[in-house]
Amino acid sequence: MKITNIEKLKEKVINSRDKTKTWVTVCGGTGCHAYGCMKVVEAFQEEIKKKNLVDTVGVRTTGCHGFCERGPLVVIQPEGIFYQRVGVDDVPAIVEETVVNKKIVEKLLYRDPQTKQAIIHEQDVPFYSKQKRIIFGNNGLIDPTDIRDYIAVDGYQALAKVLFEMTADEVIEEIKKSGLRGRGGAGFLTGLKWEICRRESAPIKYLICNADEGDPGAYMDRSLLEGNPQSVIEGMIIGAYAIGATEGFIYVRMEYPLAVKNITIAIEQARKFGLLGESILGSEFSFELHVFKGAGAFVSGEETSLMASIEGRRAFPRQKPPFPAQKGLWGYPTNINNVETWANVPLIINKGADWYSKIGTKSSKGTKIFSLVGKINNTGLVEVPMGISLREIIYEIGGGIKDNKKFKAVQTGGPSGGCIPAEMLDLPIDFDTLTKAGSMMGSGGMIVMDEDTCMVDVARYFLQFTQEESCGKCVPCRLGTRQLYEILTRITKGQGEPEDLKRLKDLAKTVKTGSLCGLGQTAPNPVLTTLKYFRHEYEAHIFRHECPALSCKDLIIYYIEPEKCVGCLLCLKNCPVGAISGERKQVHVIDQELCVKCGACLDVCPPKVRAVSKYTGKKKQQILNKEKKARRR
Amino acid sequence: MMEPRKRGQLIHLLHQAQTQEGYISAEAIAAIARKLKISEGEVFGVVTFYKGFSLKPQGKHKVTLCMGTACHVRGAPLILDELERTLQIPAGETTPDGLFTLETVNCVGACALGPIVIVDGEYHGQVKPREVKNLLVKVDENLDRLKEQ
Repeated sequence: MKITNIEKLKEKVINSRDKTKTWVTVCGGTGCHAYGCMKVVEAFQEEIKKKNLVDTVGVRTTGCHGFCERGPLVVIQPEGIFYQRVGVDDVPAIVEETVVNKKIVEKLLYRDPQTKQAIIHEQDVPFYSKQKRIIFGNNGLIDPTDIRDYIAVDGYQALAKVLFEMTADEVIEEIKKSGLRGRGGAGFLTGLKWEICRRESAPIKYLICNADEGDPGAYMDRSLLEGNPQSVIEGMIIGAYAIGATEGFIYVRMEYPLAVKNITIAIEQARKFGLLGESILGSEFSFELHVFKGAGAFVSGEETSLMASIEGRRAFPRQKPPFPAQKGLWGYPTNINNVETWANVPLIINKGADWYSKIGTKSSKGTKIFSLVGKINNTGLVEVPMGISLREIIYEIGGGIKDNKKFKAVQTGGPSGGCIPAEMLDLPIDFDTLTKAGSMMGSGGMIVMDEDTCMVDVARYFLQFTQEESCGKCVPCRLGTRQLYEILTRITKGQGEPEDLKRLKDLAKTVKTGSLCGLGQTAPNPVLTTLKYFRHEYEAHIFRHECPALSCKDLIIYYIEPEKCVGCLLCLKNCPVGAISGERKQVHVIDQELCVKCGACLDVCPPKVRAVSKYTGKKKQQILNKEKKARRR
Repeated sequence: MMEPRKRGQLIHLLHQAQTQEGYISAEAIAAIARKLKISEGEVFGVVTFYKGFSLKPQGKHKVTLCMGTACHVRGAPLILDELERTLQIPAGETTPDGLFTLETVNCVGACALGPIVIVDGEYHGQVKPREVKNLLVKVDENLDRLKEQ
């Protein structure tokens, strides 16, 4: 069915639906999949069939709702009743109580951890109520594998407006006026990027959506592709019209199988509806779109590497200029934007640049989706206006730090970003403030760290990552990241030298200035920011062989306090290497030579007893000396 | 199809070969090189560049550990130690009996569940080091025999 009038189609879709029908919507994002949400979906379908409710109750698997911490999530529509941590066993109760009798199942409601109050509706949960979900909000309302759901929430209205009411220049002007900046990390003005590509005269132009979301701990792009793929496609068609491109690619990480699946289905459906291919919506404009599955290389997120990958080569970056807008894919002008950037485009067209530019700060407009993860109570995806403070995100939306521990730092921007300390919690977040703090927006990963996280180890972790992912083309990145990693490893083993601090700093500067592409130019950021804000931790490791966070394996010991141990044999049985000796009701002892420091003993020691402690530095040495003496006796 | 664009099928063809055989065989490299009219060396170069392709056959069971930042700060390195100790192979290798392949990935984006171990496509969240052995024994009882050898 090729459609020419999107407004009419929307009416048709809405009228064809039974408005009295109750919908059980189950979050089907990767997080909830991991919790086993598909079994919950099946259980609902069976239960509804069993109770002969098929005509009045529907089950819909939607995209990610964002509140991954509490999955599997179920929302009963139209009432918006929000149930969390729903298991297969809860399904009969939900159907009987809520769907049939319109009553609430108390035990499945979300409870505010502070007030202990149960919250019935999704929008009242503090995690959601503080957000501004203009891009991400539709995820919970639509089935990503059904294009009609997207059309029912005003999908493709922006495209129709662009094709029939606006010239390409007007579209570019509107995007420029909105102040939209690229959500992939660097924050280049999207409208300007489009204009540069439009001005190039060439027989062919290409368009690319960069969905090679490689930053560990960031998954908002995946959730958009999985949960609302049509919004990305619509954004791309609008971009293609503005630039004059006739063909596009969506480059998706291979680690995201569900995203690949959903975007592939979405493209097929869009084509069937005449929204892709020849003469879109009956206009003179044609555009074709393909999905390209990556093959597991972090560097392919860099735009020139990504193009090399599509061309069937190793994902090596190349010198810029020429920029992709001048000479891109197969030598033709190419415009690359990130998933979230594309998803912003239809919204700007629909609501206007004036409306959009009222959200955010002076230099960064609109909202940003962050993935709030790590040692945080409410892990999940949060969409907030630019300019919100870290404190609001972490404490009001994120619900604070796990297990009442003390906040230490938040890492933003992935391997290219840095660690921001507690003193800067009131920093309003936008592209420029984060860069000024030595970090960057990146794609929006926000990893929260508490007192148990060692900052030297975090720097080491990121450098291990970048040295592995360095493509090897340029020397500063290939050798520099390796050397940084080796120095950091040495420090975490207690073999650091006083000169290492200067060495790290000098080397970091060399890698930053000398590397060819963004990967190398930003790889030292985790080292530089931790050196700047957590220098005392480096010094403790180097000068006192001490890991203040009690995390670096080579610098700590596990020790059973003799006066606390009740001799319950629990740790002894759970030690994977048999390093613990003792008898029932006698004090247990860890053989430090055999101990592999897995922490199993600390983990199983009953909370009432708490006999296992970790020690580092001087105290560790004292215990070791005491044990040595005892052995000699 | 435009000639330079022909090579653009390379990664797609490699994915296909890997799905069919479980790895990229020498025969597959030769066949793809012929099809795209490029040298086997060039195909080989692409295969070894990307982590997603393997030149070696994979084990019967695939054990994947997420090493993303969120999992890292929640103790993934301890889980890796335990997996390597239990399976007696380093990450990236397959046990000599071909039962298990152990691999690490940079992030599966299910951070609420970290640390995460994926065994044959099934996600196990908030794994503790002492639970590792049970996870593996559950999929293959031969593991105990393997340890005794």
